[in-house]
Amino acid sequence: MHYHPLTDEDRREMLGAIGVRRFEDLLTAVPSKLRARDIAIAEATSEPELRREIEKIAQTNRTSQTVLSFLGGGSYEHFIPAALPQILGRNEFYTAYTPYQPEASQGTLQAIFEYQSLIAELTAMSVSNASHYDGATSLAEAGLVALRQTGRQKLLVARSVHPDYRQVLQTYLESAHFTVEEFGFENNGKFNRKEFENLLTEEIGGVIFQTPNFLGVVEDLEGLAEKIHAKGALFIVSSNPLSLGVIRPPGEWGADLAVGEGQPLGIPAGFGGPYLGYFAASRELVRKIPGRLAGMTIDREGRRAFVLTLQAREQHIRRERASSNICTNEGLCALAACIYLTLVGKEGIREVGELNLDRAHYLREAIGKLKGFNVNQSPVFNEFVVTAEKPFDEIQTRLVSQGILLGINLGRYYPEMKNSFLVCATETKSQEDLDRFVQALKG
Amino acid sequence: MLIDSDSKLSFEKSRQGRRGVQLPKTRFFGKKASDLLPESLQRKNPAALPELSEPEVVRHFVNLSKKNFSIDTHFYPLGSCSMKYNPKVNEWAAALPDFASAHPLQSEDTVQGWLKIFYELEQDLKAITGMDRFTLQPAAGAQGELCGMMMVRAYHASRKEQHRRKVLVPDSSHGTNPATAALLGYEVVEIKSNARGRVDLESLRKALGPDTACLMLTNPNTLGLFEDEITQITELVHKAGALLYYDGANFNALLGIARPGDMGFDIVHLNLHKTFSTPHGGGGPGSGPVGVKEKLIPFLPSPLIEKKGNRYSFQADGSQSIGRLKAFHGQAGMILRAYVYIHTLGRAGLKQVSEDAILNANYLRSRLKSIFPVAVDEACMHEFVLSARNAEAKGLHALDIGKRLLDYGFHAPTVHFPLVVPEALMIEPTETESKETLDRFIDAMIQIGKEVDSDPEVVKNAPHTLPIRRPDEVLAARNPVLTYQDWLRESQHGNSSGASHASGSETRGSFKTVPAA
Amino acid sequence: MQFPEELRYTQTHEWAKREGNRIRVGITEYAQHEISDVVFIELPKSNAQGVKGKGIAVVESVKAAFDIYAPVSGAVVKVNSALESNPALVNEDPYGRGWFFEIEMKDTAEWDTLLQAEAYKNQCTTTH
Repeated sequence: MHYHPLTDEDRREMLGAIGVRRFEDLLTAVPSKLRARDIAIAEATSEPELRREIEKIAQTNRTSQTVLSFLGGGSYEHFIPAALPQILGRNEFYTAYTPYQPEASQGTLQAIFEYQSLIAELTAMSVSNASHYDGATSLAEAGLVALRQTGRQKLLVARSVHPDYRQVLQTYLESAHFTVEEFGFENNGKFNRKEFENLLTEEIGGVIFQTPNFLGVVEDLEGLAEKIHAKGALFIVSSNPLSLGVIRPPGEWGADLAVGEGQPLGIPAGFGGPYLGYFAASRELVRKIPGRLAGMTIDREGRRAFVLTLQAREQHIRRERASSNICTNEGLCALAACIYLTLVGKEGIREVGELNLDRAHYLREAIGKLKGFNVNQSPVFNEFVVTAEKPFDEIQTRLVSQGILLGINLGRYYPEMKNSFLVCATETKSQEDLDRFVQALKG
Repeated sequence: MLIDSDSKLSFEKSRQGRRGVQLPKTRFFGKKASDLLPESLQRKNPAALPELSEPEVVRHFVNLSKKNFSIDTHFYPLGSCSMKYNPKVNEWAAALPDFASAHPLQSEDTVQGWLKIFYELEQDLKAITGMDRFTLQPAAGAQGELCGMMMVRAYHASRKEQHRRKVLVPDSSHGTNPATAALLGYEVVEIKSNARGRVDLESLRKALGPDTACLMLTNPNTLGLFEDEITQITELVHKAGALLYYDGANFNALLGIARPGDMGFDIVHLNLHKTFSTPHGGGGPGSGPVGVKEKLIPFLPSPLIEKKGNRYSFQADGSQSIGRLKAFHGQAGMILRAYVYIHTLGRAGLKQVSEDAILNANYLRSRLKSIFPVAVDEACMHEFVLSARNAEAKGLHALDIGKRLLDYGFHAPTVHFPLVVPEALMIEPTETESKETLDRFIDAMIQIGKEVDSDPEVVKNAPHTLPIRRPDEVLAARNPVLTYQDWLRESQHGNSSGASHASGSETRGSFKTVPAA
Repeated sequence: MQFPEELRYTQTHEWAKREGNRIRVGITEYAQHEISDVVFIELPKSNAQGVKGKGIAVVESVKAAFDIYAPVSGAVVKVNSALESNPALVNEDPYGRGWFFEIEMKDTAEWDTLLQAEAYKNQCTTTH
């Protein structure tokens, strides 16, 4: 087998050195009735043949490679600079382990430190961890931090937070016997202020908003930090990090915890994973946050050095007293985000944001002019709600046959929004793409 | 602080006006960007990301990468991590645009290729482990454990046995086991290991009772020893009405040798980034599929994948499902890589994985045991544990041995784990290492063994040949500098307050800037 | 190694100093030596209720975390905030400036259950 260097001669020599006659002699501890029969897996396939097979399987997918896609909702098609995969693919980054031996991992550790710095800057928060599994689990862990910090049992969450995220939050919180209450949104997609204020009591440990929310609306979070803090709760904001070049970041709203999905920062949609949960916090919470942290220090000769620090929070030390059990995180994805943000830089992150605003507004206005379609006019970043007179399935079937993926059926998540769908237009769309979509909708 | 050009941050190399990407200039919509959002919703202070040109960015990161050890450059005998070679054909598959560009919420008809990969991997894992169904949703081993333990709880709740509040773990267990159990509100009870390094049956019998929810085990255990009394263990646990959980961290020892399903485990998690060759990437991503026996199927997270005829689809949510663990469907890219790996190896190749892994481990064990005693001296599976206890007399610890190995061009093994062995060195070579590499490693260990006696200082102060010497971790923990912004604040203030005068620690230091070397 | 006579001790290496009904608590020189460099102390909140023998604080070194147990039951009335910015005080001056918190003792009989200096010293020297 071409991944296994041992030759038969090696094996003979080694058995001799160990002092056994056959390999089987090494397995005396395994009871014979547990010994496996053959594994019911096919024989090995040669590389060229396997590649042909894999390509055939891949071709039964129809993706943004071959169709025009307007899908968003937590996973986005964005421009990934060619330099990024070239850097990311460096073997020394790709096949390195967790940097537990700092002297042998300064590359990874400095990259993590830079990632933390970039996320802190982008979100306008004080600290960031080295990554979490995805936006949903990052959100759930933020909820748990808020509950632990306040000693309370309940969280408040906006219904316009991503439906998958709310489900994950439910799963995580139920495990620990906490509860979640939701407040709704208005017809214009903005959160319902009255409902929120009614539910905000001193029982609440944390309140969670998403902006831009799942309906694409950029929320006005003015004055919320004061209200929430006055009740002794924590303020948690989940954001698409790519939007933070142009929209007001969580730190400027007074958030205590800022979380979200980092996939837009240089990670392909990849059918949903692996992605990147970012987790940022105010300074006061630094010893309470989960996940790895890279810190700067000096070595014994005074050289700048990076290490994993504050490890006494983590599972391998606290064991049953750890605040999270996370071990493996999304290191390589965080590196991708780090490279992306370094390449786009200060000007680029703003420009990308402006391009997204531009494409989405162009498309929104064009669709809004069509008969049989209504568009939500609230402030948006790169996705918006369209409501049609015809049923979603009918429109979708028609558009798929024209090589277009329409958008997300919101009726799946919000029963009252049956004929509405979420349309996303990023900087990857040309004007022809957008016009073609509008034409196709026209029918 | 000495900062050479190599360890400058991207932020420190930034110059106003430099850019690393070229974006489209044309705007389609009539208005200026600043008119598209109400002012109160716009970002006021620009994000101060660094400004570098593309060549500078490339050079910056490539030079950083050169400071790393990695599987593609070094032997990495980290116990329980399975640092095997990461096949490149897996990467080729994951990069295919027809896979990489798929959106997770596309209609099923447009992602049949992806659904087939998920489905087929599940079938492969069932065959390999002897379990009845798998969820591919968990993002890593630890999340797999969380998933598994949530199902344990749901199972007992469904039988009105919520009083089962205790989870048993061996004292040699990985830290994630008790952490996971405690997160779910269980009381963790440690079971002692016997003199042969296995779970002590008496200890287990005493601990088992009507309040036991689950026993979490890894087999072989963290000492690299197969739990030869596993059949009795299974019987005892099931008789007490509890469940048996398999931590798949050490599954690299069992491919084609034995199946956890046959041993009687009710729940199994696998680490695709260990046994199934997906890359470690400096700390992730991983993937932690969880397999169950039939009685636990109703509790699996949704969605699962079904096949009807030639069509694949997502299965509707089960009413007893523990819910969703992450957004979308799972670590698709790692699932694809594992699928390619399994089909590259095939039946015989998979079997050879464990055989060569076990052979390599025993070869190292037999040649090293005269230098550092083995924790339990018998044939091991894919890993074994040495003790550096004898070096204590020279003021040395397992950590120091590990650091000195770095000078010899090997990544250190896992040190100071499992906790039941003093000065532990846990060594797992894996099957993708040649005999020549193992021999070089043995030679290095022999040398270090001699140095422990004749020149302990060189071991105590190792490594000597890497980009940095030992870092001051006390300073890093007392005065955390976690971002460039923190660093700016620190370097402006000069000395970091209070941190550098601790009694007993060797390194002195501050964040005061020293002219670059 | 010092074992000040005027203090009392627990088997888990806390010391206690009595003033009326108020007990000041810290960890012993022996403990700080075992822990080595203290990087952080998680102190109880003011008004937290201490229960004799139950965990009330956590001391972190780089590589480990250690539970600190309340020597007596009662409300926490004061915590040493100096430890926040200077955890090294625990190593440098464990019986003085490295104190952790003060408890208002609920049941004064509990004071008598604590070890005297001689008994604690013996425990340290024999278990080593």
